[in-house]
Amino acid sequence: MAEVLVLVEHADGEPKKVTAELLTLARTFGEPAAVFLGAPGTYAKAKEYLAQYGAAKVYVAESDDIAGYIGGPAAEILAKLVGEASPAAVLVAATADSREIAARVAARTDSGLIWDATALSADLVATQGIFGGSTIVTSKVTKGVPVVVVRPNSTAPEAAPSTPAEQTVEVALSDAAKGAKVVDRVVEAKSGRPDLTEAQVVVSGGRGLGAAEHFALVEKLADTLGAAVGASRAATDAGWYPHQNQVGQTGKTVSPQLYIAVGISGAIQHRAGMQTSKTIVAVNKDPEAPIFEFADYGLVGDLFNVVPQLTAEIEKRKAG
Amino acid sequence: MNIVVTVKQVPDTWAEKKLDAADRTVDRKSVDNVMNEMDEYGVEEALKIKEAHGGEVTVVTMGPAKAVETIRKALSMGADKAVHLSDDALHGSDALATSAALAKVISTLSPDIVITSSEASDARGGVIGALLAERLALPQLTQARKVTVDPAAGKVTIERLADNGYALVEASLPAVVGVVEKINQPRYPSFKGIMAAKKKPLTTLTAADAGLDAASVGLAGAASAVVTAEPAPPRSSGTIVKDEGDGGTKVAEFLAAQKLI
Repeated sequence: MAEVLVLVEHADGEPKKVTAELLTLARTFGEPAAVFLGAPGTYAKAKEYLAQYGAAKVYVAESDDIAGYIGGPAAEILAKLVGEASPAAVLVAATADSREIAARVAARTDSGLIWDATALSADLVATQGIFGGSTIVTSKVTKGVPVVVVRPNSTAPEAAPSTPAEQTVEVALSDAAKGAKVVDRVVEAKSGRPDLTEAQVVVSGGRGLGAAEHFALVEKLADTLGAAVGASRAATDAGWYPHQNQVGQTGKTVSPQLYIAVGISGAIQHRAGMQTSKTIVAVNKDPEAPIFEFADYGLVGDLFNVVPQLTAEIEKRKAG
Repeated sequence: MNIVVTVKQVPDTWAEKKLDAADRTVDRKSVDNVMNEMDEYGVEEALKIKEAHGGEVTVVTMGPAKAVETIRKALSMGADKAVHLSDDALHGSDALATSAALAKVISTLSPDIVITSSEASDARGGVIGALLAERLALPQLTQARKVTVDPAAGKVTIERLADNGYALVEASLPAVVGVVEKINQPRYPSFKGIMAAKKKPLTTLTAADAGLDAASVGLAGAASAVVTAEPAPPRSSGTIVKDEGDGGTKVAEFLAAQKLI
């Protein structure tokens, strides 16, 4: 069986859940070969996880240059592996960083690129929801090695313990790969909440909150549910919440088990980023808000009454 | 500073977008077409760099004849000149072919800096900045929420958006910079700007003019192909309840019934 290269998504070596999803997906049509790119000493933190989710092989490239430069190093290393391993496909997670790497790998290897796939069949036909999920397209790469960017939460991860063969990859980068140097990384908000795109539950706030400080209501509800916090474009434009948390057409696309929209009207801009959520709950005082046209459960009411009551009720049920 | 900024004409953000029934490319005929909203931030950033450091802003686009409207908009915002790559053979180009074609045109302009935006609202790939950096062998400064150019030192520094903050990234010029929304407040074209745009130089190139091989672009050169395209099954509305004072409890009951809490 041909190898399927899976780019490991991690934070300083701690694997993200989407990595397990990609390994599970890879197993359906080939032999999963994880590609770990990180700083020296970080692979040790991912090793066990990759084995648990069935990596048959792990290519390990550790170098300070990998996170030290944007785009070039990862693309160069991964493209070289594609050339050497002739895999059936390359799978990467649909994160801002990895989709850029995937694109460069496709360009370098003269291969086709498919982004935001939500499914991939054994004969490598990818499913995508385009135009904010209003059209479902299936497509196939017709040239080179398919490079497929897969959305988090598309596959249920299944453990398949293995003893992967490890292969150390020598990191010898061209000068061109080292053009965009990272001189500092600044943490502005450490929330302790799950990643927005990976979260099983997302609670988002919008214009109806009326002020930045009212996001505390959304955060409190989110923390009760172990959820990530999102925001509509209206809320981020107003400066109430960081741009990184924006859900919608010009922000992140999420597909959690449960999406709770608080004070969000649900115009196409927002809908495009969340309508594939499994269950959608909306709280809005305007009965005509478009979000009620596609919410599974809609509550017409004042969020300042409803949300604290909901938070308290969930806490009560958890305690009980 | 010789500043190049890429723009794309797309279906209006608020329009219901469709694929063309015949060739499954984006249907541009049944909708209003506008400058990709994200590109307005790119044009604004290019103009700000010019205003701070002097130089010239060249707009580059690839698209059908109608895309000249988007060029006009960029020129009326204040860009100096434009190059329009337009050829029926380019219709249906994927991101990889588009980046190769744009890179070919951009390289003839010898830019100090190439500005692009985070994504187009039709295809939403979010990869053009990375692809241009790859094709032009220039540093990739994408996801920028702040750009600082130091022409004397020949350097550019950006704040690259990260999930929990940002990375400070620097490169020597020339470089490719991809900007995100909220980096600036795009200006509206003034009446004077609109009048002036009509007289600004515009070069139109065919694929052959740009030195592109027709087999490597358009639908013929695409590295992927659509197998099927169907409208998504409509998502119907569920239970709508009016708050009678126990709305929060009602929502909790729903969540419990769905085994979500």
